[in-house]
Amino acid sequence: MSIAEAESWLDEYGNALYSFALLHLRDKHLAEDAVQETLLAALQARERYDGKASVRTWLIGILKHKIIDEFRRQSRQATTPDTEEAAWEDAEMTRVDQDFIANGHWQHALAEWGNPENSMHDTQFWAMIERCLDGLSPRAARLFVLRDIWEMETETVCSELAISASNLWTMLHRARLGMRRCLEQNGMG
Amino acid sequence: MLTCKEASQLVSEQHDRNLGRRERIALRIHLWMCRNCRRFERQLSFLRNTLRRGVQEGQLPLDKTLPPDSKARIREHLHKHDHTD
Repeated sequence: MSIAEAESWLDEYGNALYSFALLHLRDKHLAEDAVQETLLAALQARERYDGKASVRTWLIGILKHKIIDEFRRQSRQATTPDTEEAAWEDAEMTRVDQDFIANGHWQHALAEWGNPENSMHDTQFWAMIERCLDGLSPRAARLFVLRDIWEMETETVCSELAISASNLWTMLHRARLGMRRCLEQNGMG
Repeated sequence: MLTCKEASQLVSEQHDRNLGRRERIALRIHLWMCRNCRRFERQLSFLRNTLRRGVQEGQLPLDKTLPPDSKARIREHLHKHDHTD
């Protein structure tokens, strides 16, 4: 266990860890803290690293735990009425309402997005995804990331973030509507 | 009859739970008649597939640089926690 090793991880994987943390936590300071906590935890767990996964994968695995810890903390905090978060969610709900006209039909025709393969290697597409994720309310974004990117089990998401299943489904619906609306407004399809 | 708003909720929920038999039938009838909701269903699958693969294959997140001052603070912190001999 040596500090030199942690420093070499910082040099080699610092950017990758930071990019990953920033995508999920959407805040530079939180992302920096998460990278730091990850390296400290990695240093302590050094003996348990068996070399089966790459160092990068191992570090990202630790970082994911740190991100979940932060999500849990934010989720607990959000149960006390937070005006900023509440305002964000109100605006999000209004946009969902605007997706549909009064009789519950879509306001606008939806576009055909084509073959996902064509987007996979398009940097602009991924930049758009990141922007659209940033546009979700913090709570919707947390749940969306856990389900649609990490593919965490529904039950696990509910217990980790202490929300009911029906609440989760409602929030995911909003998040997915938000993502598709944002992508289409930015030229998808 | 489901409205598109209700149908879109079920389209979303089928990613997260097994729909009941009635819900499944109601949704199938709606989708059969509604081109926008069929597109919505395809769009959500598109999103899930690309996001999952994007992270696995390293397209997402896009590379960002850990700011030098952040890096310096982390380095300093690592040294503070260095209790080795």
